[in-house]
Amino acid sequence: MSQSYRYTLGSQTYQFRHLADLMAKATPQRSGDRLAGVMAQSAKERAVAQMTLADVPLKIFLNEAFIPYETDEVTRLILDEHDTRAFAYISHLTVGDFRNWLLSDYVTPQVLAAVKMGITPEMAAAVSKIMRNQDLILVAKKCHVTSAFRNTIGLPGHLSTRLQPNHPTDDVNGIAASILDGLLYGNGDAVIGINPATDNVAQAIKLMKLMDDVIQKYDIPTQSCVLTHVTNTIECIEAGAPVDLVFQSIGGTEATNSSFGFNLNTLAEAQDAALSLKRGTVGNNVMYFETGQGSSLSANAHHGLDQQTCEARAYAVARKFNPLLVNTVVGFIGPEYLFDGKEITRAGLEDHFCAKLLGVPMGCDVCYTNHAEADQNDMDNLLTLLGVAGCSFVMGIPGSDDIMLNYQTTSFHDALYVRRVLGSRPAPEFEHWLSKMNIMKNSADFVLSNTVPNAFAKPLYALQGDY
Amino acid sequence: MDSNCVDKQNNLVDSIQSHHQHGNVVSNPWRDLRRFTDARIGLGRAGISLPTSELLAFQLSHAQARDAVNLPLNIDALAIDLSNILLLDNVTYPMRVNSQVDDRITYLQRPDLGRKLAESGRKTLLHHMNSQGQAADTQYDLAIVVVDGLSSLAVQNNAKPFINELLSQLHQQHSGWNIAPITIVEQGRVAIGDDIGQLLNAQVVMVLIGERPGLSSPDSLGLYLTWAPKTGLNDACRNCISNIRPAGLPYTEAAKRAVYLLTQAKKLKLTGVNLKDRTQDDVIEHQQQTQNFLIAE
Repeated sequence: MSQSYRYTLGSQTYQFRHLADLMAKATPQRSGDRLAGVMAQSAKERAVAQMTLADVPLKIFLNEAFIPYETDEVTRLILDEHDTRAFAYISHLTVGDFRNWLLSDYVTPQVLAAVKMGITPEMAAAVSKIMRNQDLILVAKKCHVTSAFRNTIGLPGHLSTRLQPNHPTDDVNGIAASILDGLLYGNGDAVIGINPATDNVAQAIKLMKLMDDVIQKYDIPTQSCVLTHVTNTIECIEAGAPVDLVFQSIGGTEATNSSFGFNLNTLAEAQDAALSLKRGTVGNNVMYFETGQGSSLSANAHHGLDQQTCEARAYAVARKFNPLLVNTVVGFIGPEYLFDGKEITRAGLEDHFCAKLLGVPMGCDVCYTNHAEADQNDMDNLLTLLGVAGCSFVMGIPGSDDIMLNYQTTSFHDALYVRRVLGSRPAPEFEHWLSKMNIMKNSADFVLSNTVPNAFAKPLYALQGDY
Repeated sequence: MDSNCVDKQNNLVDSIQSHHQHGNVVSNPWRDLRRFTDARIGLGRAGISLPTSELLAFQLSHAQARDAVNLPLNIDALAIDLSNILLLDNVTYPMRVNSQVDDRITYLQRPDLGRKLAESGRKTLLHHMNSQGQAADTQYDLAIVVVDGLSSLAVQNNAKPFINELLSQLHQQHSGWNIAPITIVEQGRVAIGDDIGQLLNAQVVMVLIGERPGLSSPDSLGLYLTWAPKTGLNDACRNCISNIRPAGLPYTEAAKRAVYLLTQAKKLKLTGVNLKDRTQDDVIEHQQQTQNFLIAE
């Protein structure tokens, strides 16, 4: 059973009830852990927890399940899929040694790829808690995770965007207008993905057809997704709808996923259904997952764990299904989980690091809500940091403002900014299309063309009669 | 088409194709598409960045949305408004209750307390049930709960007209819904409806709550339906209709969907992920392909 952890500092001895308690207290400050009542009571207790955690051998994480194996299928997934041979590279290390190992020059992208299946989410979460932001960036940049469907996402030196053309009533022309805007700003290579205004199978099919028509007509090397419940997408596939990617929000505990209305079998069924359509041209990664710190606490399904550890466990769920895309919607849930720009920034870097370390093609919805203590400057900072860290994709939305979900995320302009300052290119297949269509005048310097391509000027012209 | 016409057409295409340049700002000719959407499309650019005017317009919208979060509900005005709904069978002044949160700062950081009724509220509801005779015998088909949430403006503007429309559609069904007096909640979250529905012994609870304000939608009303409400249910047990407001999902349409879900919930004795909104299935399936302008030939 679980043991307790002690650390003596001068005359004072600190005691932590078990590993999960130690993990929570070692976590950098955030409002969700305060809400859950699991965070350190003082800055000093947090620092001591981090020192104690650094001395914990990685092996312990295989023996001390935070949520019992018998009662949680995510725990079972994590332990059953653990690769002992890959773990042999790091099995002698403590959490503190693990940080040194990850940062060492010996550890190359190839080494990380060889070890990833030996790393559990809890090990990744633990080491992230004793890393500074620059450590999280440095190591994540070494994790190369690529995936493919109609183009290739996650190649080193590349940054893709999800074109998110949401509309509060799913108006087809409103959505098409945002798609056009995004394409003409060079966005949309990760996916053209709509959050539908209502969770309705017929509506989802309508939107799938809309995007499929556009992708086919303009021969765009990208994929589409309607972000509806996984069971809806299964119905859509059965009805013959053009489904590229299956979407689902996922969490790191079985109870969280139950509250979302699915289990691992549901995801397997959906993945099989999507694979059977054979719609990918350069790859067959057919799943798209979203995550975010706080979802387990929000669903009252966190089992006393800190929210970052729960979040890392969600990546084990993602990894199982070979997704094309995963992103943390980092500032979406609200200030009760991540209070301000500082907490959102830290969480975004942790999520990206943990996911990449586990081999997940991680992107980030760099975002905030209007009731959080954050603004566009915070988003600029996190976007830049994630760009440096080699983030696979970010969101692209007209003017940063999602008029359906009522939050602010990164804009088409923002994506061009980060591409230009860092030289990060779109997916190669998509970049070729941008040049071919004359959307980019100079794709090496991310200079947009000053004219609208003929193919897109025509439909605009056709609308002139209505003006 | 004669050559003159062709020339005219080419000029038009040219004007669509070339961006106008004002100083250092490149404008986007497709900005006219904003008649289809409130999305911030066609903003133009200075290099690859936002033009100054758009940057500042965004800052103003953000400031307005931030202010909306902190605007308190005018509960007296709302109570009077709601007591004037004629279609309620038992015209009762709305019951007013509080969550366990006292102020806005706590509300933002303690959703757990926003989900729980204050003791005074519990007493108010129990008192109502006792006044109905044998409390154990009183049963309602539907309890409507109006909660300030993150935008009091949403509730203030949209609760009454929506409930009016909903009740009028329910009456047309002649299905006989026995509806509890409306409850108004201050500093509440969605799940507070579970407590209230249970105390009112309601088969289903409908929570109308102010959604978090967006930059273009400071007054969006959300609707959550929960069958057999009781403390501790999770979100998989609920159905949601979002963005109810004149500029979003209109009252008539929202009420139509709500009535559909209510009727199905009653039939299936459940809400949540196993109850799908299929109100539009027939409409969409029998429609000609819904073409957008990018596809139209």
